[in-house]
Amino acid sequence: MLSYLINGISLGSVYAIIALGYTMVYGIAKMLNFAHGDVIMIGGYMAFCSSSYLGWPPIICVLFSIVVCTVLGIIIEKLAYKPLRAASSLAVLITAIGVSYFLQNAALLIWSSNPKAFPNLINLPSLQIGGTQISAVALITIAACIVIMIVLTLFTNKTKMGKAMRAVSEDKGAAQLMGINVNGTISLTFAIGSGLAAIAGVLLCTAYPTLMPTTGAMPGIKAFTAAVFGGIGSIPGAMIGGILLGIIEIFAKAYISTQLSDAIVFAVLIIVLIVKPTGLLGKKIAEKV
Amino acid sequence: MSSILSVTDLNVHYGSIHALKGITFEVKEGEIVTLIGANGAGKSTTLNTISGLLKPTSGKVELLGESLMGCPAHKIVEKGMALCPEGRRVFSQLSVRENLEMGAYTRPSSEIEDSLSMVYEQFPRLKERSKQTAGTLSGGEQQMLAMGRALMSKPSLMMLDEPSMGLAPILVEQIFDIIKSLNKAGTTILLVEQNAQMALSIANRAYVLETGKIVISGTGEELLCDEAVRKAYLGG
Ligand SMILES: Nc1ncnc2c1ncn2[C@@H]1O[C@H](COP(=O)(O)OP(=O)(O)O)[C@@H](O)[C@H]1O
Ligand SMILES: [Mg+2]
Repeated sequence: MLSYLINGISLGSVYAIIALGYTMVYGIAKMLNFAHGDVIMIGGYMAFCSSSYLGWPPIICVLFSIVVCTVLGIIIEKLAYKPLRAASSLAVLITAIGVSYFLQNAALLIWSSNPKAFPNLINLPSLQIGGTQISAVALITIAACIVIMIVLTLFTNKTKMGKAMRAVSEDKGAAQLMGINVNGTISLTFAIGSGLAAIAGVLLCTAYPTLMPTTGAMPGIKAFTAAVFGGIGSIPGAMIGGILLGIIEIFAKAYISTQLSDAIVFAVLIIVLIVKPTGLLGKKIAEKV
Repeated sequence: MSSILSVTDLNVHYGSIHALKGITFEVKEGEIVTLIGANGAGKSTTLNTISGLLKPTSGKVELLGESLMGCPAHKIVEKGMALCPEGRRVFSQLSVRENLEMGAYTRPSSEIEDSLSMVYEQFPRLKERSKQTAGTLSGGEQQMLAMGRALMSKPSLMMLDEPSMGLAPILVEQIFDIIKSLNKAGTTILLVEQNAQMALSIANRAYVLETGKIVISGTGEELLCDEAVRKAYLGG
């Protein structure tokens, strides 16, 4: 029971970290970046290559993966989304799906479809709490999630750049009138979201160590669900949505059915959205006076 | 008096709509200049183009002799121009204080406290509400916040787009008093209004805009007495 709960929170923490990327990008650019899940996969491969082929120490592999994904996020935004700033949201959505396929197929070309065994980057003994074995990976994942949450909250509420980010998410024109570089702010958001995706990729692959070009797709969709579940655009919402989703998924697997667990996760989402269409913590769209 | 803003033969299109048809005017240092006109005449388009939010098809905008053409909107604030936009557009989810901080975004953080106390002195209401989110303010308070926010950049030229819109008469009075006192304190003002009576009574000079063209110009008093202006904008 306790171990299920910890595993659920741990899986949920990965979803939460991914969901933060979705929700921040949505908040600023008002778009669903469906390629976000595939950045996770790239993050996984970067850590895999630097560890297995180059033999770098784990912490360097993780940092390398973060740097590559951050740059990748900025490039994706510049090349694929920025030219569409004035286009319809449908055009942007289709482009995002295109970018997603592009990344998956690029990975397929480079690394083939054979699953790679992800190296164990977190080599720590598991803990014994009241007769339950708890893996160090699970605990580190939860800790990482908490730290990220705290840092992001401080960043958006206390720093000048974070406040500017909130201003841009509300009104790009007014933000420009303040002297805020809106394009720069959007780039920064993509950079942060993609850096987080790299962390999520490493954590996910450490917990479930098979790596394939499609590795990011399902967690990406689940995390997107988590972001909507918590209220898209809301940082605490993404966190809570992610963790609840992880818990529901693990308990559904344990007590109901492994095959049905995904269906149950999405059913819960649908029920929440029927009861509260803006998600758990979603704000009403601000009314103009 | 030297010219702080000069606009020459400005043309702006929205797709195929020709919204500004070659307008030319200037604002001199220390003046209050007002641009009046009916709804849809092109007043907001003018201010938005000057502040860089819209790109003109042709024409020239110069601030203190320096051309602003091709300068992105977020770089123009640093040059000393602030726009208090139509409909206020305060950041409703940010606190009053954070809104004001955003107004000073381009300035070093060491100078912000001074400007904050200056704005709070001008608008004591904002000080009382500094921790509240801007969305919870009343319309008049939001207008004051929008003006305070624009002042935080210490502009030499402040442009206001219909600051009296939707406000009760007593508040309108107050807003115009504040505009006069800002001007006395040294800020040059370009004011866009539908409330022509009030605007003309505080303006040094005025331009009347009609479907994208300047049709009349003169001093505030001249336009207050002008037969055509009285008929069209002052109710006879
Ligand atoms: N975003 C827009 N797209 C298309 N036409 C616009 C847009 N904004 C304004 N217009 C048109 O340009 C003209 C001038 O508008 P505007 O500058 O807002 O007038 P005013 O501020 O004087 O009321 C109007 O005919 C209006 O319909
Ligand atoms: Mg207007």
